[in-house]
Amino acid sequence: MIRVLLPQHLRGLAHITGEVQVDIAGPVTQRSVVDALEASYPMLRGTIRDHVTQQRRPFLRFFACEEDLSHESIDTPLPDAVVSGKEPLLIIGAIAGG
Amino acid sequence: MSGVRLLVGTRKGAFVLTADGKREKWDVSGPHFAGWEVYHVKGSPADPNRLYASQTSGWFGQIIQRSDDGGKSWTQPGTPPGERTTPEGAPKAESNKFVYDTSAETGKPLTTHQFYDGTQHPWEFKRVWHLEPSLSDPDTVYAGVEDAALFRSKDGGKNWKELSGLRGHGTGPKWQPGAGGMCLHTVVLDPTNPKRIYVAISAAGAFRSDDNGETWKPINRGLKSQYIPDPEAEVGHCVHRIAMHRAKPGVLFMQKHWDVMRSDNAGDSWHEVSGNLPTDFGFPIDVHAHEPETVYVVPIKSDSEHFPPDGKLRVYRSRTGGNEWEALTKGLPQRDCYVNVLRDAMAVDSLDKCGVYFGTTGGQVYGSADAGDTWAPVVRDLPAVLSVEVQTLP
Repeated sequence: MIRVLLPQHLRGLAHITGEVQVDIAGPVTQRSVVDALEASYPMLRGTIRDHVTQQRRPFLRFFACEEDLSHESIDTPLPDAVVSGKEPLLIIGAIAGG
Repeated sequence: MSGVRLLVGTRKGAFVLTADGKREKWDVSGPHFAGWEVYHVKGSPADPNRLYASQTSGWFGQIIQRSDDGGKSWTQPGTPPGERTTPEGAPKAESNKFVYDTSAETGKPLTTHQFYDGTQHPWEFKRVWHLEPSLSDPDTVYAGVEDAALFRSKDGGKNWKELSGLRGHGTGPKWQPGAGGMCLHTVVLDPTNPKRIYVAISAAGAFRSDDNGETWKPINRGLKSQYIPDPEAEVGHCVHRIAMHRAKPGVLFMQKHWDVMRSDNAGDSWHEVSGNLPTDFGFPIDVHAHEPETVYVVPIKSDSEHFPPDGKLRVYRSRTGGNEWEALTKGLPQRDCYVNVLRDAMAVDSLDKCGVYFGTTGGQVYGSADAGDTWAPVVRDLPAVLSVEVQTLP
């Protein structure tokens, strides 16, 4: 079970509170986590990554285990602590704007 | 008793304001979509309970919201909360998918427009500025977007398809963004001719389709813009807003960057009607619900100083279809007022007397229940107002 923490506005869109948990068969990567997230919460499609290009939105970042993973390949396996459920994958909105 | 419902989009959410026909006491509902920019909310003329909202964010992109109960509850079309799967499988969730047409079959797909530095730049979807529901079908709605294009949904906002004849008609590579981006911000539907659609783009100009959006032509003859050296330029004009009265659909009023303009032939040609306005720069323009020659504008000092002249917030009304304007000031701040009124932030109801409403970048929404003679704040302290629409309820 993979734990994911979404920014407040996306939790609001998905009508959830707190962390989300998703099941993933196969490699646990940024891509597979977002795939699973969008399958469970289709209203999030297009908000984390572009509908067409599948690129991460520029003001969103992926963090886990106190590291910024945003510039890793989206197919790079996530840290073991995320795979085991010990640590969540954090999807964070950049601090910008007013 | 009849009433009105104001739909207000702001920098930090949407608000629904309701009152009875006296329009004196207002209930405020909101913020809906708190923390998000809501560029526009508009109701279907065919079903007043059907509302569409454009919710957008620099972080999370575009969201389309729909209400089927007059704004009490909202869903992203096609993805109702709590229904992650349907008998047909998982929802496609494409209500926020705006993809420019690049197919060879549907006209002349375009890939570039003129950028700020004069080079060609690819079209990139950013947000929906304006939602215009069909006059007859609640499930049909148009979306004017940035970068400028027109989309249409025929299934209540679940799926969107570009009307690519607009970008493809030939002048697209000459379109360029204004300071606010290259946005299609105005969509006007002709109530007497269901195939006729007008749009306006900053900074390209006005365009008309007479075949339900399949083909388009620029309608900018007579517009003069000091930054365009060619007085006959077909496109490049920074049109801010176009308004029409239902009883005279061939007469159009335009607030351009500078100049208030009028057309008596469905946009084929325009002439200036700024007359005695203190400044003819501004953003919104609207027409009285019952008097086709009564027009409202809010003059703004200049293109570099976006606030009312002399710190006095004044709506100007012409009862002669332009040229002769009177200042409407009763109830509006007449000193130290430095707000702006944006292009989509004025609307009229169809009660008798006609109600007029506008919102400011300072968060005030002002209303007049007597066609502009006197004004009062409907609400004072919202976030910066991006848009105001009104529904007249039975």
